[in-house]
Amino acid sequence: MDPVIIAAVLSSALRQSTPISLGALSGLFCERSGVINIGIEGMMLMAAFTGFVASAVTGNIFLAILVAVLTGMLMALFHGWLSIQFKVDQIISGTVINILAVGLTGYFYTRNLTTQGKLEPIALPGLSQIPIIGRVLFDNPPITYLALVLVFVAHFVLFHTRWGLRLRAVGEHPRAADTLGINVIWMRYANVVIGGALAGLAGAFLTLEAVGSFERGMTNGRGFISLAVMIFGKWTPLGAWAGALLFGFTNALQTQLQFSGLGSVIPHQFVGMLPYLLTIIVLAGFVGRARPPAAVGQPYTKE
Amino acid sequence: MSDIVLEVRGITKRFPGVLANDQVDLTLRQGEILALLGENGAGKSTLMNIVYGLYHPDEGELLVKGQAVKLNGPRDAIGRGIGMVHQHFQLIPVMTVAENVVLGEEVVRAGGVLDRAKAEQRVRDLSHQYGLEVDPAAIIEELPVGTQQRVEIVKALYRKAEILILDEPTAVLTPQEGEELFAIMRELAARGVSIIFISHKLKEVLAVATRIMVMRAGRVVGEAEPAEATEASLASMMVGRDVILQVPKAPAKPGDVVLHVDALTALDDRKHQAVSGVSFEVRAGEILGIAGVQGNGQTELVEVLTGLRASGGGRVTIGGRDLTHATARDYTLAGGAHIPEDRHRYGMVLQYTVADNLVLNYYFQAPFARGLQVNQPAVDANAVQQVKAFDIRTPTIDTRGGSLSGGNQQKVVVAREVSRPIKLLIASQPTRGLDVGSIEYIHRQIVVQRDAGCAVLLVSAELDEIMALSDRIAVMYKGQILATLAAADATREQLGLLMAGVH
Repeated sequence: MDPVIIAAVLSSALRQSTPISLGALSGLFCERSGVINIGIEGMMLMAAFTGFVASAVTGNIFLAILVAVLTGMLMALFHGWLSIQFKVDQIISGTVINILAVGLTGYFYTRNLTTQGKLEPIALPGLSQIPIIGRVLFDNPPITYLALVLVFVAHFVLFHTRWGLRLRAVGEHPRAADTLGINVIWMRYANVVIGGALAGLAGAFLTLEAVGSFERGMTNGRGFISLAVMIFGKWTPLGAWAGALLFGFTNALQTQLQFSGLGSVIPHQFVGMLPYLLTIIVLAGFVGRARPPAAVGQPYTKE
Repeated sequence: MSDIVLEVRGITKRFPGVLANDQVDLTLRQGEILALLGENGAGKSTLMNIVYGLYHPDEGELLVKGQAVKLNGPRDAIGRGIGMVHQHFQLIPVMTVAENVVLGEEVVRAGGVLDRAKAEQRVRDLSHQYGLEVDPAAIIEELPVGTQQRVEIVKALYRKAEILILDEPTAVLTPQEGEELFAIMRELAARGVSIIFISHKLKEVLAVATRIMVMRAGRVVGEAEPAEATEASLASMMVGRDVILQVPKAPAKPGDVVLHVDALTALDDRKHQAVSGVSFEVRAGEILGIAGVQGNGQTELVEVLTGLRASGGGRVTIGGRDLTHATARDYTLAGGAHIPEDRHRYGMVLQYTVADNLVLNYYFQAPFARGLQVNQPAVDANAVQQVKAFDIRTPTIDTRGGSLSGGNQQKVVVAREVSRPIKLLIASQPTRGLDVGSIEYIHRQIVVQRDAGCAVLLVSAELDEIMALSDRIAVMYKGQILATLAAADATREQLGLLMAGVH
């Protein structure tokens, strides 16, 4: 195969996997602390929108990223407020977030808003010259780099720090953590908000780095795919990342297949299904063996 | 006396409808093993939860090493050197021993990075120092229960506990693990740790304690030295009257055959043959005891008979009616009653009120049902009557079943099952986990049913229980009944050998 095509597919795969990775990390921080977050989709969408508007209004793209991240955090705080404080069913609370995001972004969406462009790739000197790998890994825009780094940071935080130990304890057996003087409510809030920030960053990626504009419902199920990928990765950052890459790869492949003329043989709709079919197959095959945090979905009440 | 490490003075604690602790005094000296003996609901756990800072007393004070303290939570108690091992372990199953031990007081390097090697070393040092063998890198859920308990003790010692409270520590242990625990307790005491040990088991209290305090209905009713006390004297102190450890019963007057089981087979949950061709009959007015080590098909047998499991072959009749493929409701309507072995899973709905739990088997019939509606006044009236008749200790009939003590939960189950005309009573492990007073009560009820002409099938892993109640004894081993003996002729040794498969 043509090395140029290979590089193109791989780098597209990485780019496609970025919002999924970030979304999965968002889910991880929430669920590991015991809070289900099916509102990732809504958090992403809302952040994508506010980030885009901030960029259009101020023209400062880094300020726009900050706005997107803060939006995610605020939505997460709302999710926490409902589900941790008032013990609303976490699925309901997440659904509220999703519906809210679709409604608000749809209502405030204006067609003629434009921005001064988007985040451009930064080629790392030297490294980007390596054949194929250089183009794939070391010639990317900032959020793609950041997402890669965050996967490893999340892994380290979860499994090698005091914060991570307490976070997991709170998600597995909050009563035990409580008897040892760990503030369960605070830990859950903090980690849900961290999750919100990551979802916000995923939203920023969509409008500020990948597309450069906002469209209605542009997250297109990525928040839910993120959750699937998180489960596929057995609630670990590295596993989730592998899942996100797999999804990104089939997506890129699918695009390439449509270009290659296969579209004349098989209707393109079927080729377009590929990544989603794969998600279903992978989930059906792997979920049985994965084990969620024991206390996920259960509000904590002190005795 | 400077060696008093803990003093409780005039502690009173009230809960809605219950006076849990009433002017309780207690002193604990360094290096002693004080047993706190009492029935379920006597106020032992409440008192210890106060000492551990989980509850605030309404009156009275707490002195740790001669200093009055006010505890606002377990953290304060830990800070004062008080550690507690709860009956339900507070361990995180998927984490390692070391992680569980250090959680909340982690060994960290700069930036909050865990120092696993050092944490594991600390655990190793502690386990070495006190003779508590644990592997710091092992995952909790892969460890046997006895070892998990040791981890809990290490957890308390890691937090520099000098006073250790053990809440019903042997409830979950095998007899061998219990012996190991007692050795550990003696070792800890010898090293200056003071232990309070909550229990309602007379034998173990006599075996391990250096001093015994008995509680009843929220008060301290007596103190004893193990050398001078006997099981009988402690039991009567606990219950407040002489306890008959063996319920009196007249010889059986067997009538017609009620339950007839012929060549019955059944599979277990893993689809292995659990019951392989069992035949027996139970007559009206007699108790047939099924003895056997747990896991020899007794559970499956009872489930088939009561309509909870499909039979694999053979025939079951009750009062002449074929009930081989009966549902649980068919069984109930045929005059069958069932005291299941796991009262939490099958005996009652923990979230339901006592009143609702008392009609679970008959709610669909008059007077509890009125067409499609529940006749709540009738349900409540029934509850008031049963609570009184069966001495169920509950604040109200609308209290959730799950908040009652084990003995009272079992009384609810028994009351529901036997308070209507029945032909057959199947009781499976009816007194598991209950205190002496409740055991005596349940045993009496079973004999009362027999004398009223009911056929009783009693399944128990406790040989003492089988021998005390049965008129005939069948021994089950690997899904088969090896022998059926008249209770009067059976000896412990003989039954023990049969239970081990020797015949």
